[in-house]
Amino acid sequence: MVSEKSAGKSIRIAHPVDDLIKATDTGLACDAGDFVIDPMKRTRTAVISHAHADHARAVADHYYASESSVPLLKRRLGDDQDIRGVPFGQPIRLGQTQVSFHPAGHVLGSAQIRVEADDEVWVFTGDFKRDHDPSCEPFELVPCDTLITETTFALPVYRWQSGAEVVAEIAQWWQDMQQAERPAVLFAYSLGKAQRVLSELRAFTDRTVYLHGAVYPLTEIYREAGIDMLPTAAIDLDDRQKKYAGELIIAPPGASGSTWMRRFPKASTGFCSGWMRIRGNRRRRGYDRGFVLSDHADWPGLLKTIEETGARRVLTTHGQADALIRLLREQGMDAAELAISYRDEGVDDAEI
Amino acid sequence: MLPNWQSPTAMKVSMMQKFSQLYQALDQTTSTNAKVAAMVDYLQQATAADAAWAVYFLSGRRIKRLIGASLLRSWLHQSSDLPEWLVEESYASVGDLAETIALLLATPGKRGSDRTLSDWVENHLLPLRTMPPEQQQALVTRWWEQQNYQQSFIINKLMTGALRVGVSQLLVARAVAEFADLPRSLVLHRMMGEWSPDEAFWYALVSEDRGETVSSRPYPFCLASPLEASVDTLGPIQAWMAEWKWDGIRAQLIRRDGETWLWSRGEELIGTRFPEITAAAENLPDGTVLDGEILAWDNQAVLPFSELQRRIGRKSVGKKLLSEVPCLFMAYDLMESESTDIRSLPFTRRRAKLEALIGQSTDPGFRISPLVAADSWQALAELRESSRQRQVEGLMLKHVEAPYQTGRKRGFWWKWKVEAYTIDAVMLYAQAGHGRRANLHTDYTFGVWQNDTLVPIAKAYSGLDNSEINELDKWIRRNTLERFGPVRSVTAEQVFELAFEGINLSTRHKSGIAVRFPRIKRWRKDLSPRDAETLEQVKRLINPVPEKDIVADTSSEDN
Repeated sequence: MVSEKSAGKSIRIAHPVDDLIKATDTGLACDAGDFVIDPMKRTRTAVISHAHADHARAVADHYYASESSVPLLKRRLGDDQDIRGVPFGQPIRLGQTQVSFHPAGHVLGSAQIRVEADDEVWVFTGDFKRDHDPSCEPFELVPCDTLITETTFALPVYRWQSGAEVVAEIAQWWQDMQQAERPAVLFAYSLGKAQRVLSELRAFTDRTVYLHGAVYPLTEIYREAGIDMLPTAAIDLDDRQKKYAGELIIAPPGASGSTWMRRFPKASTGFCSGWMRIRGNRRRRGYDRGFVLSDHADWPGLLKTIEETGARRVLTTHGQADALIRLLREQGMDAAELAISYRDEGVDDAEI
Repeated sequence: MLPNWQSPTAMKVSMMQKFSQLYQALDQTTSTNAKVAAMVDYLQQATAADAAWAVYFLSGRRIKRLIGASLLRSWLHQSSDLPEWLVEESYASVGDLAETIALLLATPGKRGSDRTLSDWVENHLLPLRTMPPEQQQALVTRWWEQQNYQQSFIINKLMTGALRVGVSQLLVARAVAEFADLPRSLVLHRMMGEWSPDEAFWYALVSEDRGETVSSRPYPFCLASPLEASVDTLGPIQAWMAEWKWDGIRAQLIRRDGETWLWSRGEELIGTRFPEITAAAENLPDGTVLDGEILAWDNQAVLPFSELQRRIGRKSVGKKLLSEVPCLFMAYDLMESESTDIRSLPFTRRRAKLEALIGQSTDPGFRISPLVAADSWQALAELRESSRQRQVEGLMLKHVEAPYQTGRKRGFWWKWKVEAYTIDAVMLYAQAGHGRRANLHTDYTFGVWQNDTLVPIAKAYSGLDNSEINELDKWIRRNTLERFGPVRSVTAEQVFELAFEGINLSTRHKSGIAVRFPRIKRWRKDLSPRDAETLEQVKRLINPVPEKDIVADTSSEDN
């Protein structure tokens, strides 16, 4: 790729073309390939990074996605959607571009999207992390010229402990609640975080974990994909006999404070999120316990990835990237913020 | 251990780790019962020396700041290998220096210190005070790198001042009382005033009741609750006594063993700042404890609080200030008379004794807070409307039977304040909050019109609910004009109704006025910036104002 650079360059000087991927109202649009990555508005062809609701919306006629994310996408977008699964690393031709999916380590099937055209390589990281996670494919480093990266946790105060260490804390809390004969209700995003916890908990116990109705079907999809997790059971709200004292229950953050919680009197509540790293957030949320467990890259993970891809230009998508951009620029790199955001700025509970 | 668990083998936990675990337990729960249980659990394991320090820190006391914040920040910058602006950016986002240091530097997974809390404080932290800065830096930065997050955080907190973990002195006393099986009020009394956190103090704190008094020791203050319901719910007015609610410094004046102590509610000895009061106290009989308010008072009238503020800042006062801002002690309760604790007597009896004691006094250092007589709630409500002319905040209602309570017990003392002043003002600046509200813009600066510009008039921190704060935070991020470190200037678009308690001319403020206790009353999405007040309109609120104007002003907000 590097050897043929000069040819590409001369073309660009003659016909100054637009960026290969641009931020538009619809999403990250690639005109040369006639597709939009993670579209937010009606479009013809979508290339999807992963199955979280802020990236996978039912707005396209055709979808391309990583093969292992297809069952999750069908669950989210509907069985009748035209979703084509592409194995990781296998290039496909879209318009004038070559597109391939590479594991992002965020959730099962999550992909970085590599787009190549005119000897120029762009990579969109999607949401990603570098830390070990037994519930999804490990992050793969993809060299590129321009890197579009997420920047959810783009400050040096965000440094993660390993998932195994954090889940050891969760196991200890569960054990304490078992002794206190109280339910332990853990709020974790229903796709990805919940299954990561269930998988890491295998090292501590073989007890059954009870799942909120939003978590259960997604967990079944993980199980069918061969992910090793603790045994689980769906919570049956009609079964008045079942007592949950001493049990671990996993529910999406939205269930916190809802009438659903009445089923678990005296529950101790915990919340899994990278935002829990900051004490103010822990206290403001009002959960009994905050566990610092994130499926996004921490600050060292972001810097390491930017450096290792060899990108000459870095674009950011998630806001809150002022510090990262300034640091990269001070280091002589071309860095800028794209006018796109997959969520509102500020502290987001879901952290998806 | 439960059968189906595989757990890491239990590690021996050091006393410093136990203290940081206690901190986390207190930090992570909102239940007072859980907090008390966690403290009792800690006290059962702690040595006497550690328990003394724990009580000291948890009850809000602090060691004098050992190292200045700017020095710590520069060391942090050097230790972190990050550009200075990025350290500042991180600090602005976290909102707490001790925490920022721990987040940036602590080594995850480290076991933490083997030392006890008292060893840390007495043999490592306190000696920093006499060291040269290079030696301080070498020691402190080594701790930063050696400790895990929790330990680093606690050590930094102790080094920089207060621990602030959401327990009150009352709650700590409750835990100690439960631990030692003593009456809570006795423990609380023993915790008042000045003491040094050592083994001797701890043993004395948990020893059996010997009916002792230490001559300087103040009683816990009785606190009033704001009256939110209508006065009619209080029953017949005959069961209540009313006084003006003074706007000064709450204080307790103790005369025992030929000595005088003047305590603020924050348990600071402030006698040297008010020599005219301590001089007057010399004529009190031994064994007298008074509750009252320090006021700036010139001849027959109370002076604005801003005048009193000139006296607060000074440890000792010069002649000029003494004559410009004379102060007195407005007494309103008697807790100890003839060396006897009379707090359990009904209010009317204590009041009678108080009147007998100083009612006839001609000493300019004392006055007795007059009763406000009215034979109906309606009549009292009308009198209350004159509060602003009298430079008071409203009325205090005290039940005739009420004993002098410990802390805030509802139903005995009510504060019935006058309606606040209100104005409409435009948001100009926003800043992220601290602690609980770090990451969110919760501190706002508001302006009013002076010709065609908006001049800042007040900063306000509270008054919005969580969903409004989140909504406004998002708006602020999208409408930022400029950033100055943690402060953002925003488009002048959002109008808020502000409430405040008092207003005075001030040379220290650009607007020329200073407001007291400003807060947001509501977000006026229905108003445009042009609807906001002008500086002239705001200045017109300054006293003296004819009564009917104030009435008209406060009632208009209800329309």
